[in-house]
Amino acid sequence: MCLRFRHPDYRALLALLLASLALVGCERERREYSTQPLPETTPATIAVSSLRPGGAATFAADPRGSHYQRNAYDINQGERMFRWFNCNGCHGSGGGDIGPALMDAQWRYGGSIDQIVASIVQGRPDGMPAFGGKIPPQQIWQLAAYVRALSGNVPKDAAPSRSDTISNTPPLTRMPEQPPASEPARHP
Amino acid sequence: MIGALQTAARLHAAALADVQSALDPAADQAQAIDGIWHLMLWVCVPMYLLVMAALAFVVWRARRQRRERGDVATASEGSLYNGLGIWVVVVMLGLTVLTTASYLVDRKLIPAQDAQVKIRITAKQWWWQVEYLNDDPSQQFMTANELHLPLAQKTHVELRSDDVIHSFWVPNLSGKRDMIPGRVNQIELTPRRAGKYRGTCAEFCGLQHAKMSLLVYVDEEKNFASWRSAQLGAAPSPGSEVLEHGKRYFETTTCAMCHTINGTTAHSLAGPDLTHLASRSTIAAGALPLNAGSLAAWLSDPQRQKPGTNMPTIDIEPDDLNALVAYLLSLK
Amino acid sequence: MATRKPQPAPDVPQHFSDGSDELARTWADAPGFWGWLTTVDHKRIGRRYICTGMVFFVLAGILALAMRTQLARPENGLMGPDRYNQLFSMHGTTMMFLFAVPIMEAVAVYVVPLMCGTRNIAFPRLNAFSYWVYLFGGVMIWIAFAMNVGPETGWFSYVPLANSDYSPGKRTDFWAQMITFTEVAALAVAVELVATILKTRAPGMTLARMPLFLWSMLITSFMVIFAMPSVMLASTFLITDRLVGTHFYNPADGGDALLWQHLFWFFGHPEVYIIFVPALGMISSIVETFSRRAVFAHTAMVLALVTTGFFAFGLWVHHMFATGLPALGNSFYTAASMVIAIPSAVQVFSWLATIGTGKPKFATPLLFVLGFFAIFVLGGLTGVMLASVPLDLQVHDTYFVVAHFHYVLIGGAVFPLFGAFYYWFPKFTGRRLSETAGKWNFWLFFIGFNVTFFPMHYLGLIGMPRRVYTYPVDMGWDLWNLIATIGAYLIAISALVFVVNVVRALRSGEPAGDNPWDAPSLEWATASPPPAYNFAAIPRVDSATPLWSDNDLPALSGLRSDRREILLTTATDADPQITWGLPKPSSWPLWSAIALTVLFIWSIFSPWGVVWGAIPLAVALTIWFWPSPDDRGLISEKSR
Repeated sequence: MCLRFRHPDYRALLALLLASLALVGCERERREYSTQPLPETTPATIAVSSLRPGGAATFAADPRGSHYQRNAYDINQGERMFRWFNCNGCHGSGGGDIGPALMDAQWRYGGSIDQIVASIVQGRPDGMPAFGGKIPPQQIWQLAAYVRALSGNVPKDAAPSRSDTISNTPPLTRMPEQPPASEPARHP
Repeated sequence: MIGALQTAARLHAAALADVQSALDPAADQAQAIDGIWHLMLWVCVPMYLLVMAALAFVVWRARRQRRERGDVATASEGSLYNGLGIWVVVVMLGLTVLTTASYLVDRKLIPAQDAQVKIRITAKQWWWQVEYLNDDPSQQFMTANELHLPLAQKTHVELRSDDVIHSFWVPNLSGKRDMIPGRVNQIELTPRRAGKYRGTCAEFCGLQHAKMSLLVYVDEEKNFASWRSAQLGAAPSPGSEVLEHGKRYFETTTCAMCHTINGTTAHSLAGPDLTHLASRSTIAAGALPLNAGSLAAWLSDPQRQKPGTNMPTIDIEPDDLNALVAYLLSLK
Repeated sequence: MATRKPQPAPDVPQHFSDGSDELARTWADAPGFWGWLTTVDHKRIGRRYICTGMVFFVLAGILALAMRTQLARPENGLMGPDRYNQLFSMHGTTMMFLFAVPIMEAVAVYVVPLMCGTRNIAFPRLNAFSYWVYLFGGVMIWIAFAMNVGPETGWFSYVPLANSDYSPGKRTDFWAQMITFTEVAALAVAVELVATILKTRAPGMTLARMPLFLWSMLITSFMVIFAMPSVMLASTFLITDRLVGTHFYNPADGGDALLWQHLFWFFGHPEVYIIFVPALGMISSIVETFSRRAVFAHTAMVLALVTTGFFAFGLWVHHMFATGLPALGNSFYTAASMVIAIPSAVQVFSWLATIGTGKPKFATPLLFVLGFFAIFVLGGLTGVMLASVPLDLQVHDTYFVVAHFHYVLIGGAVFPLFGAFYYWFPKFTGRRLSETAGKWNFWLFFIGFNVTFFPMHYLGLIGMPRRVYTYPVDMGWDLWNLIATIGAYLIAISALVFVVNVVRALRSGEPAGDNPWDAPSLEWATASPPPAYNFAAIPRVDSATPLWSDNDLPALSGLRSDRREILLTTATDADPQITWGLPKPSSWPLWSAIALTVLFIWSIFSPWGVVWGAIPLAVALTIWFWPSPDDRGLISEKSR
């Protein structure tokens, strides 16, 4: 009956299918409820500026950042905490209010995920509270991942589309990617 | 074998008087539903036995037949048609009885609007925010994961949800009602027997749907009044240095980001209200009993007890943990 | 596989399976693997449909075993909530979308053209296409599951839990797209079945003489056509909500969480009848054959099937009694849900009367039918209980409902399906299944099923909700859960017995003749398995039980042997109308299915997938449908 064909093409087809769909899983879908065995930490020192004496402008990014901003669960948790911890109170829904906008390419203290983590942990002059010691480190990473999603800087298949609230941003799956501008924005 | 049967009987008896059973009604609403359950049994079980008896009869009779294939006696066809007609009438009558009874009981479940006690429950993933409402705002208070209801009085419960669809179900007291974001549902409870009952979320709501329960205590009038007035007050102030340490830890670190304790500076509504935590019997929405050991286990790693819960795992030093546990257990 | 062509029994007339060499060549497929890929023969496609469906049945059954093992003890640590949620979602999704509906359609794809007395199903290339689409959709969701991207919100995936806010990642997107795959496949088969049953029946097979299995497949196909679009709409809205931020299900912005439930259950309730009604037809076939008489009250049976099909669309709100809809509306659905018991009651009476006034032979197919009576009637009665709003408010979303739907689905659909397998296996393969193994299969299944699911009624009443990955220690649920798990393993053993029975029969089973059961319908008039052209000449029927008349079955001559031709007849009276050409084997259904798969999977990740993916699909479909002189339908006027 159906067991008739053991033609090699059949198995090749299946292998090809399996291989191609290896692209869809993994990093994006992993759910890490808490880091094991040790609790998560935030990086101890972050450079706010990308300038270095001697010209070289790069610095090593914390490898955890890339994991968090590619993971759909972490970005989603970041979105929920953005609401719970009332980031909206100063930043609007990313469009800015008395705090700066988070949806654009202008970052006063750096727009890479580690730099955002540093801003949340340390606080910043003129009104950003220091949440270090108040929000656990894993949750700060998640918040930073969501902030990156607000400016389209996460893979589109990891970003959430819209939250179940009144719509106030374009869906994050359609947000154009706005990499942080290399020079920090100047104060007016 | 006998031992197994005895154990089964004992378990059955224990379960019948269980705290989360529809077969043990303790309120008007559950009682009405129990009535229709018994009517259903009285109609459906004999119906099933009738059909099975007909099947057995037919099989027994047919084995004795000597007919050839396709040979059909027309006389029996005629009486069979009559039988079919009678059968349809019998089924229709049975269904009419059940439908009518169902309507009558359904009317009994509709909330009247004259309840003495009004509660608003907002379901969140995966706990219950409970607010006791009152026309006088100073008499309103908030708690979590536990209800106290006055015996023999109507309690009106308003059901909302903050995130996904949940369902409020206390089987001993009433049927369930979904809690749907964007809608407000209502249910009325009129308990008739004092005691402790358990409810659970009855609509799949994500990772920890299995561990989203609440306890419902039905109290005599004076016990209910004293419970209510205790809940209205602020948290007791710490009476020792350890308790003071715990309170300070609570206010200055992560806890205050999500929890409220009236009488402290912690006033966030993201997580359950802990003002009178020690007056409750469970933590984590019924997942763990309230005692020093399970509280310490919960605080040091909530993700191990209830993976996926929204309370994060925090790095707590042992001294801080002891102080915090002691402080929380003092919040009667 | 089958190494010797089985010899037909000597006393059956030879002419239906004894076509000319030219006829055999015209209807033959290309040789080898390419022939397998390009076939449009409904029998080969039906067989692979059945095999694939049974593979999904076994896979979903293994998931169920895993779930039951986790629940055998309270606070069991076999798996965590994330894995368990994926398991029960995959179990339900696979059983409902990848097994139950496709397998019924699969049996129909094989049997219906034979029972109509024609040479192939209508729209043969669409048939091939539908199988590939079904296969690719099923493979996609299972690979996704293996890669931790499987569905996690249940087989009916309520919003807002299924929205992007509460189900991050692509898990629910794969699920929603799998629905699209399976609905396309189901709709395609439904359309073919309607056309086959209405237009290609053998001359003389008026609607009144049409076997009840054909009636049941006709009604099922209409139900598919009306119900599937609702779920496609629902899942499309979900996909757009999750992919491009529409607000269909967002209560904060003008949407409604209940919209999903209405759209889904408007499909979901007819869905279970789509699974159930074909089984009713199978039971009629088996009861008729094994009681050696035509089914009692044929007209009443047809009316019962038709009314079941209609009423099925008026019940869906009984899944939503707890959502707080107005009481008067709920009461209407209580009445409607009770009323649908009446046609089923008529059918049960009629079958019992048939068995009782016939000369029954209690072979395995009839045993499964008796098992159906015992199990389905109980499930139907708990359905009557659930129809009552107040009682439903207690047992909704508990193990009581799990018990109910397994009783009606397994009792009402899977038992008749197994009976149909034992009944039609000789026709499909030319071999007989072992009766001894069949009885073991039946009894293990029957006992195992009741041990598993009967305690669940009680568990629901004493408070155990559905979809829980574990339960507390002191609830009194431990013993019954353990018993249910033991029953589940018994069911697994019975499935194993079935598989062993099938494999042994295929290798060395007793050869079956054309008509080993002495059955009355047309599929038994030709060889087992039938030749590629089914019938060398189209038979003419003059009763509802054509093979039971004393004379040989007359046949019509005049269909050409040098091209693929069938005879179209009128819809009600089956008067010969015109001859119609059918297409030859083609690879374009396969390429179109692959193009459609690329489009669907791409659109999970980006909306541009719909745009760019449409280009190869348009090319493939254009080439497929490009008119060619070979497969033009109208050839000549009616011939006799």
